[in-house]
Amino acid sequence: MEQKETKGWSPYLAGALVGVLAIVSVYLTTILLGKSMYLGASTTFVRAAGMLIGSVDPSYIADNAYYVKEKVIIDWQFMMIVGIFIGAFIASKMDGSFKLEAVPPEWEARFGGSVTKRAISAVLGGIFMMIGARMADGCPSGHGLSGMMQMSVSSYVALAFFFGVGALVANIIYRKK
Amino acid sequence: MGIDLTLGLTTGIAFGFLLQKGRVLRFGKQVGAMLFKDMTIFKFMLSAIVVGMFGILILADQGIITQSHKPMNVGALVVGGSLFGIGWAVMGFCPGTAVGAIGEGRWHAVFGIVGMLIGAAIYAQYYPFFKSTVLSWADFGKISLPQLLGVSPWVVAIGFTIITALMFRLFEKKGV
Repeated sequence: MEQKETKGWSPYLAGALVGVLAIVSVYLTTILLGKSMYLGASTTFVRAAGMLIGSVDPSYIADNAYYVKEKVIIDWQFMMIVGIFIGAFIASKMDGSFKLEAVPPEWEARFGGSVTKRAISAVLGGIFMMIGARMADGCPSGHGLSGMMQMSVSSYVALAFFFGVGALVANIIYRKK
Repeated sequence: MGIDLTLGLTTGIAFGFLLQKGRVLRFGKQVGAMLFKDMTIFKFMLSAIVVGMFGILILADQGIITQSHKPMNVGALVVGGSLFGIGWAVMGFCPGTAVGAIGEGRWHAVFGIVGMLIGAAIYAQYYPFFKSTVLSWADFGKISLPQLLGVSPWVVAIGFTIITALMFRLFEKKGV
């Protein structure tokens, strides 16, 4: 048995507060920065990849159309992603739910506790996911939250594919025979 | 640090705090939703969307903010969305939650982040190829649901709220 863990907040409440945060954020960025900014995450991974590659070969970044288009800079969204890490750390330390974990327990139950196996799978999964996110122009934050809030048709289609294909694949790989 | 970076950081801290409190930064919650066993991430996301939808609608209606729709590019969404789905199921985190998961000690999410950085680099390398193929198949531009359906955005917002309420009732009835 896992040691008992403090329960979090109701997902309805925490989610509704994220809705409030999205409204406050778009309002403040419009007023203070002169541009309406919406929550999103995946562009930051392009910028981070660009910074890493650029530290070795700056000319590659300067000549690549995609890095030029997305701009390899530390911007509002980049700092928001840094903030997510800090916010999650604070919240988990405050209620004692912080836990160092090498393999997700649900993964371990299905595929065992090998860190190597988990690492290889997660790296491959991450590669697929980010190619998909950049192609679809968003992730469950940019499309799922921000796009669906704004009633963008593309975001409803994106979420249907993210989740539909995700559910299909998850049912194939995690369901026990 | 400039005002834009400070604002981004502050917003992110609040976002990360709420993601953690909603307990959505967990592999088991994300895969659990895909297996229809634990709908926590849907309760969280749909609550955020309903609240945000009305707020953004009011602010946009008053001309205070500008909306930004992503293009309805069929090839990009179908192919990209499917690739994302495969990766999401295997990795068990989406991009934002992977970062948050490390914050609450689930350091294995770092492997997914390494994968995502490689994926971003691959996409950038082959961007001209994707641009001339998948991205160029059929782009219907930046369209919204109210435009597509020919109704007021308020009708869509109320309709979305009703559907969400029915889904929540179903989740609670099934105990997922």
